[in-house]
Amino acid sequence: MKTKESKRRISKKNRAESEKMIVLEDVSKSYSTGAPALSGVNLTINKGEFVFVVGDSGSGKSTLIKLLLRELTPTTGKVQVNGYDVGRLKRRKVPKFRRNIGVVFQDFRLLKDWNVYENVAFAQRIIQVPTREIRKNVPSILSTVGLAGKYKAKPRQLSGGEQQRVALARALVNQPPILLADEPTGNLDPKNSWDIMKLLEEINKGGTTVLVVTHNREIVNAMQKRVITMKKGVVISDEEKGGYIDED
Amino acid sequence: MRISTFFYTLKQGVISIFKNKWFSLASVATISACLFLFGLFYAILANFQHIVKTAEEGVSVTVFFEEGIEDDRIAEIGEMIQKRVEVSKVTYVSAEDAWNSFKDEYLGEYSDGFTENPLADSANYEIYLKDVSLQGDLVTYLESVEGIRQVNKSEITANTLSGVNALIGYVSVGIIAILLSVSVFLISNTVTIGISVRKEEIAIMKYIGATDFFVRSPFVIEGILIGMLGALLPLGIIYVIYNRVVEYVMVKFQVLTTLLNFMPVETIFATLIPVSMALGIGIGFVGSYITVRRHLRV
Ligand SMILES: Nc1ncnc2c1ncn2[C@@H]1O[C@H](COP(=O)(O)OP(=O)(O)O)[C@@H](O)[C@H]1O
Ligand SMILES: [Mg+2]
Repeated sequence: MKTKESKRRISKKNRAESEKMIVLEDVSKSYSTGAPALSGVNLTINKGEFVFVVGDSGSGKSTLIKLLLRELTPTTGKVQVNGYDVGRLKRRKVPKFRRNIGVVFQDFRLLKDWNVYENVAFAQRIIQVPTREIRKNVPSILSTVGLAGKYKAKPRQLSGGEQQRVALARALVNQPPILLADEPTGNLDPKNSWDIMKLLEEINKGGTTVLVVTHNREIVNAMQKRVITMKKGVVISDEEKGGYIDED
Repeated sequence: MRISTFFYTLKQGVISIFKNKWFSLASVATISACLFLFGLFYAILANFQHIVKTAEEGVSVTVFFEEGIEDDRIAEIGEMIQKRVEVSKVTYVSAEDAWNSFKDEYLGEYSDGFTENPLADSANYEIYLKDVSLQGDLVTYLESVEGIRQVNKSEITANTLSGVNALIGYVSVGIIAILLSVSVFLISNTVTIGISVRKEEIAIMKYIGATDFFVRSPFVIEGILIGMLGALLPLGIIYVIYNRVVEYVMVKFQVLTTLLNFMPVETIFATLIPVSMALGIGIGFVGSYITVRRHLRV
């Protein structure tokens, strides 16, 4: 806990150099089959930004997320996240790196035999937070996402919107500087989608850099954030206060 | 590791055993079966070796002296024998000793009629060997020593015993190796089944930033606990049946009771408990460690 705080202090001091949270330099990624999923992507996302990534299915959005998570390494080019050269990261160092990133997916990915409290507490156990503090932090983050009363429920007893909130609470409980969301509202109805997006915006206001991959045209157009549009592995537009680009 | 992390890990291991009842049961059964065979085999072997050893210790070479030999020469011969590397113990049996023990053993109270020792020439050295297989060398040497009239050896016993001993060694190494490889193979299979169910779980943990060590620990603890259970079960069974079997054999084969010298169950278990526990824990540890490792690359 102490080291985290001192890191934060240092980063404040060197603000000028460490303004950038995510930097992609000429990044390409090819899978063993088919055309490259990403080709020549250049991208800079600063600390504290809120960014939408939109594009057709198969345009390389999830591949981008996987590169940022170091689930994949780039075929060429450089991926930098919060000062880490992600492509060159040793396997042994990956867990520590991933603690910089909170991540939520379309399919929630909760541990299905564990209740809400345990699912969230797990993220804290990994970084060896003392039990005493876990008992404080977990209820606090659960009330932030509006689930304070459901801490004993198992995932299958919750609605999709509630499950995504649990996933969000899990991603946030360790206060990571970055939050990645790959189609977080893909399985949700409009009401729940809006609630989740509002939560993400709240989190961003707290200083967390947020990157959201989505197909939700209405929300993207309404929220007036930076929008990066991808097509066939290439960034075709990048606008501040942008909107969902119509293809036809 | 923090204490709370340790207890958390332990708890997860125990929970996981109950959550995957059938997998756990299959694993315990597999380890139990292997260690039961191992224990059975060990008990039989240990007794066999014990019996052979007891028989071996009884094997001795006896040397008799030429008539009218000087006492000094007898003492000299005694020293020479004692210096041989094959020899573990030399006892001098005087003519009187020989006669007394003969009387005690065979004549009892009817010995009063003898006024002179009928075994006057029977003073001898009883020589015990360190290793029965060395008997041949010693006998050759003894026959060349001046003052020795006759060397009595137990040829057949000696050769048979050393042969049996070597055979037991080879067979035991072979069978134990087979048993162990079979059990590791079976455990690895059962663990794989159990883990494929939890592949998703492991992937999620890795996404959140769990280290391999953290992900692996509950599985390894689970493996160790299963291994311990798998060792305790056959130990209990063997403990219960051991004495009954010994009793049964003694009754059924009474003719052999002087030959069959069984070890007490405590002696057997002094070795069997630590070895079985180590094997059980080892199999559980290795099986789970290797198998989780394959699923950690996320
Ligand atoms: N594991 C994989 N192996 C081979 N091709 C893949 C793999 N994952 C994705 N692709 C391909 O890469 C391209 C980009 O996929 P993805 O990044 O998932 O797109 P999106 O998330 O924008 O729908 C697609 O053409 C897809 O078929
Ligand atoms: Mg996708």
